[in-house]
Amino acid sequence: MGWFSTFINSSIGKKLIMALTGLLLIIFLIIHLLGNLTLFAGADAFNTYAGTLKKFEPIVRVIEVLLTIIFVLHIYNGAVLWWTNRKAKGSLYAVNARSKETNIFARTTIQTGSIIFIFLVIHLQTFWYPSNFSGGEINLYGLVTGWFAQPVYSGFYIFAMILLGFHLNHGFQSAFQTFGWNHKKYFPLIQKIGTLYAILTALLFASIPVYFLFFHGGN
Amino acid sequence: MNGNNLNLKLKIWRQPSPKAVGAFKDYSVSVSPDASILEMLDELNNDLERRSEEPVVFESDCREGICGTCGLVINGQPHGPIPKIATCQLHMRHFKDGDTIYIEPFRAKAFPVIKDLAVDRSAFDKIIQAGGYISVNTGGVPDANEIPINKNIASEAFDSAACIGCGACVAACKNGSAMLFVSAKVSQFALLPQGQSERKERVEAMVATMDEMGFGSCTNTYACEAECPKGISVRNIARLNREFLIASLSSQNVEE
Repeated sequence: MGWFSTFINSSIGKKLIMALTGLLLIIFLIIHLLGNLTLFAGADAFNTYAGTLKKFEPIVRVIEVLLTIIFVLHIYNGAVLWWTNRKAKGSLYAVNARSKETNIFARTTIQTGSIIFIFLVIHLQTFWYPSNFSGGEINLYGLVTGWFAQPVYSGFYIFAMILLGFHLNHGFQSAFQTFGWNHKKYFPLIQKIGTLYAILTALLFASIPVYFLFFHGGN
Repeated sequence: MNGNNLNLKLKIWRQPSPKAVGAFKDYSVSVSPDASILEMLDELNNDLERRSEEPVVFESDCREGICGTCGLVINGQPHGPIPKIATCQLHMRHFKDGDTIYIEPFRAKAFPVIKDLAVDRSAFDKIIQAGGYISVNTGGVPDANEIPINKNIASEAFDSAACIGCGACVAACKNGSAMLFVSAKVSQFALLPQGQSERKERVEAMVATMDEMGFGSCTNTYACEAECPKGISVRNIARLNREFLIASLSSQNVEE
């Protein structure tokens, strides 16, 4: 088996994969968000941004492959950990006192994660696939605003972003704890930064469908 | 005295054997507010024996919160609703007349029920056997303060060593994880000079045994710290993660 496989398949090894992939996804979200915000500047700004990405297509493709690996590791490992942990607990108590011991964000990562996964599949289907495989140039701005004009689509998008905020609020500080970076002086700050990051990410991502649904309908 | 007594309804988990299906059984008791919850169970057991019924099996030893033998889940919380005490230190004055109290065993796959409220915690012993010790040369008693240790380090090691190994962390964890226990035991040695020679092998062996025993992994909900009767900090878990990462990457152990 070898020492590396023993290490990475241990309970702590699996958690380290979650933490490492989680932090990389946190960085990815920042970049993704900054790109999305060009939507507020209108069709030209957004299409120019999308066009710039097209120019660097080989690099984007490599990043996409890496992102796929990161996502798959995070989702697969998360599911495996959830399942083994469920088995390790066995039966539950007659009285549920969880809310006295823990916060809701920490308890619900599998639920929020699952819904974010569904969101991700829909997201790739509606935006990523047409922008890459529709053949020829497409007006990406029109595609995006068209979807956001639909209340059901936007509603689910906003809902998923709120849950993403929940997920990140736990995940951010949890990653640092898993790396062993819990210091009396800095950890309270890390927790605050994590919460701030989670709120900002959720709000800013969700603000885009809100804007196009209510204030800028259709186009 | 009897005028002050609390009339309580108890729902106690009864399970005749490890494989049997358990269930809650109702009991009505009248108990002094000055009694501890274990004394209440003692009285109940006296009653049951008088009526030739099977007494409730539960574990206890020192009854002053230092041995870690007692451990009941009271209304869903290991060691009950009051923070930083063991079950034996929980007094009935914290309950109100007419309350219903659920008393259950610690629940985790790695802690199978032996009978009623007693669980088998020998998985903890296996983890300690795997690395929870230091090797010392026999001979004369070493001089006090022969090895200088910074007061802050000594205090931190002592905080970790305050773990009484009761298993409340496992019972509180939604994953049945033993990370708080293992991290406290790894920390107390990793911090002190006496623990250095076996430092890397220790953490590798203890984590491997922890996984083998069927404990879950840590999802950083920190329920363990909230329920620990000794207030062991989850910073120990961060240290364990750190120690395990460093040991895995740098120990001489290439096989397994």
